Amino acid sequence: MAKSSIKVRAKVKKGEAKVKCLISHPMETGLRKNKKTGKLIPAHFIQEVVCEYNGKTVMNAQWNGTISKNPFLSFAFTGAKSGDKIKISWVDNTGKSDSTEAEMK
Amino acid sequence: MNHNRRVLLKGTFAAGATGIAISAGLLTPKAVLAAWPKAAFEAKDINSALEASLGSSITTESSDVKLKAPDIAENGAVVPITVTSKIPNTEAISIVVAKNAMPLAATFNLGATTKGFVSTRIKMGKTSDVTAIVKAGGKLYSTSKNVKVTIGGCGG
Repeated sequence: MAKSSIKVRAKVKKGEAKVKCLISHPMETGLRKNKKTGKLIPAHFIQEVVCEYNGKTVMNAQWNGTISKNPFLSFAFTGAKSGDKIKISWVDNTGKSDSTEAEMK
Repeated sequence: MNHNRRVLLKGTFAAGATGIAISAGLLTPKAVLAAWPKAAFEAKDINSALEASLGSSITTESSDVKLKAPDIAENGAVVPITVTSKIPNTEAISIVVAKNAMPLAATFNLGATTKGFVSTRIKMGKTSDVTAIVKAGGKLYSTSKNVKVTIGGCGG
């Protein structure tokens, strides 16, 4: 299996989970020009990131090319247990996707 | 051939938002819950972006919405933004950059147990106001902050 494009760190403290993730993705806006050819670089960015815990969606982020390259995302939710797993997945505008599962500490 | 294409185009425009939602759903059949609001992210002005994304463009300034962003961002390609909302039942948080070509940067739809907190990094073309918009109980609350950008991060 190829290495996942998503890195996740999640920590639980008093039932509250804080999740941090880093996704490797070029996040092209479609407005940038290739300096050598002068042509526009086609847009290529993550449209949607979904985080699931126990089969329930805790966070659903909708993005466009304004988010920085190799996006970082952090959020928190309550009712979490240490040792449980969360699932993060993304879909980009070309239809590519990736997902990963991580254990919360 | 050509005729069919016309019909398809017309159909797509007539169906409007629903049509876009369905076609987006077809392209990405994976675990996508809410269809990506194309109109919202391609809108060139803030009001229409907000209406397409959150259903309204009327926002109230609120001190319960905290926006953490640098005063001066040296590199416009990476501007860290943290939004914290103390408003109960926060449903969604949006980040808007007024002077970017596409003002709406992101919308985070939060689940029932999710705290009103998100942190991410955005690109900014030039010095602009950054606005955090929180949707709670059908109303929109906002906080703005001016961020100075020394090197733009949106183009070459």
